[in-house]
Amino acid sequence: MAARRAFAAAVSLSMLFALSPATAQTPPAESIQIGLSTDAISITAGFSGADLTIFGSLENPDPLIARQGRYDVIVVLEGPPRPVVVRRKDRVLGVWINLDSETFENVPVSYSVATTRPLQDIAEPAKYKQLSLGAQNLYMKPADEADSPATIEEFTAALRDRKAATGLYSENVGGVQFLSQNLFRATVRLAPNVPVGTHKARAFLFKSGMFVKESSAQLEIRKSGFEQSVFRVAHDDSFLYGVFAISLAMLTGWLGRLIFRKD
Amino acid sequence: MGIYLPIAEISVNVFVLLAMGAAVGFLSGMFGVGGGFLITPLLILYNIPPAIAVATGANQVIASSFSGALSHFKRGTLDFKLGGVLLAGGIVGSTAGIFVFALLRRLGQLDLFISLLYVALLGTVGGLMLVESVNALRASRSGAAPVLKKSGQHNWIHRLPFKMRFRASKLFVSVIPVLGLGAGIGFLSSIMGVGGGFIMVPALIYLLKVPTNVVIGTSLFQIIFTSAYTTLVHATTNQTVDVILAFLLMAGGVAGAQYGAKAGQRLRGEQLRALLAILVLAVAIRLAADLFVTPPNLYSLSAAGLN
Repeated sequence: MAARRAFAAAVSLSMLFALSPATAQTPPAESIQIGLSTDAISITAGFSGADLTIFGSLENPDPLIARQGRYDVIVVLEGPPRPVVVRRKDRVLGVWINLDSETFENVPVSYSVATTRPLQDIAEPAKYKQLSLGAQNLYMKPADEADSPATIEEFTAALRDRKAATGLYSENVGGVQFLSQNLFRATVRLAPNVPVGTHKARAFLFKSGMFVKESSAQLEIRKSGFEQSVFRVAHDDSFLYGVFAISLAMLTGWLGRLIFRKD
Repeated sequence: MGIYLPIAEISVNVFVLLAMGAAVGFLSGMFGVGGGFLITPLLILYNIPPAIAVATGANQVIASSFSGALSHFKRGTLDFKLGGVLLAGGIVGSTAGIFVFALLRRLGQLDLFISLLYVALLGTVGGLMLVESVNALRASRSGAAPVLKKSGQHNWIHRLPFKMRFRASKLFVSVIPVLGLGAGIGFLSSIMGVGGGFIMVPALIYLLKVPTNVVIGTSLFQIIFTSAYTTLVHATTNQTVDVILAFLLMAGGVAGAQYGAKAGQRLRGEQLRALLAILVLAVAIRLAADLFVTPPNLYSLSAAGLN
């Protein structure tokens, strides 16, 4: 069931851009704005991933550059940072066992990117490194800096690879579309296992390969009423939760016998 | 139809889980086992994190063993005293198991340990059962009456001190092996998410010489409490019990069990045991393959800082 729901977000259109005076001496600097219609998304029982639509606008775009398509926008939805252990299996006496491991601090749990064009066509790789933009350029801080650079490199690559394989790190080339000279729409993917917590949406504006401006907004992803209650009770009142789980099992067993009894 | 599991934090298909519960329930009704040893590996194969599969498996086992124990209680084939002593040992073993579980999870070796235990235990029990049932099938074909060891025959276990009388089981035996057996099962229950019936039943019959008609009811009785205790401790220390997942499995399971029991009545004892042995061995081989075959991914991620 691939019911992908689009969470529409409202346009935070500033009225200013339409009125930019033609008489100005120097063209005012471009900037970018994004807006979300909601600051929270609830994951319900039927959740199986979704596309999140974010609207945004360019302010004071140069019409000539816009016509030539030299404005590029990259939108990132970054999940909350959490520590992660990466483990590598090795063969011991024929059996595959987790042997080496590397712990990284503050790794974004999810990282979805939407772009107007392929990343390599927008700007130079060095630019992305500098901005720490894109899954390949995220800096993963190892907990133990004393490990050899080669080891850290290897585990960092494995971490990105695993995140991409589970859909948590994704890239949607062409996911940002200009609806008009000023208005754009970005579609980022939320994986079925998207983590709950505070996510950060960021939009980067590039002009002819040069970084211009960034804008960000926060988005809370949480479990909806029932799922959230179950999760909260399981963590806050874990004893009661355990007793409930046992009672439910006994009740089901008893009812099952009552309904289907054969003796 | 997809459903989001609040504890496992993933989306799964409701019908797959109901079918899984029903299939395992069918088999458990047919063979008179709790089915935990099938549920937990199946959940792991279905991408449920092993820690959650184990804790939820224990929760699911309560439902099937409670329903089974009720029937035996009505028929009077349940030895409360023997079950109580087994249970005392079970609580100790289960507590130790939870501690080891948390430790292995921290070390990143939990999955390996669970798989190794499954392979070793299922392989041994399945192998022994297959040999025994094939011999019985051969004997019955050649027309010879099956030779059963007389109950009351003594082995080394009956020479141990601290003897206790269990009237319902017509048994006078030392409490040491009973407590030890209970503790061993409790340990496995908390680490593997199984009730342990597939070990308990042969051990009670062959080691303690408990009459067969009392064995299943008593084993189910003690499994209810051991797995209830395991569920409670997993819920409080690891927060890994997913009630939604458990409920779906139970709902499928209790329905499937009744049809399984009906199907089981059409087969002979040796045939049933041979089929169960093949099933147990198949699960063992499937899990063993995962240990020895080069995994498609050598790397795995897990959240750091779990205690």
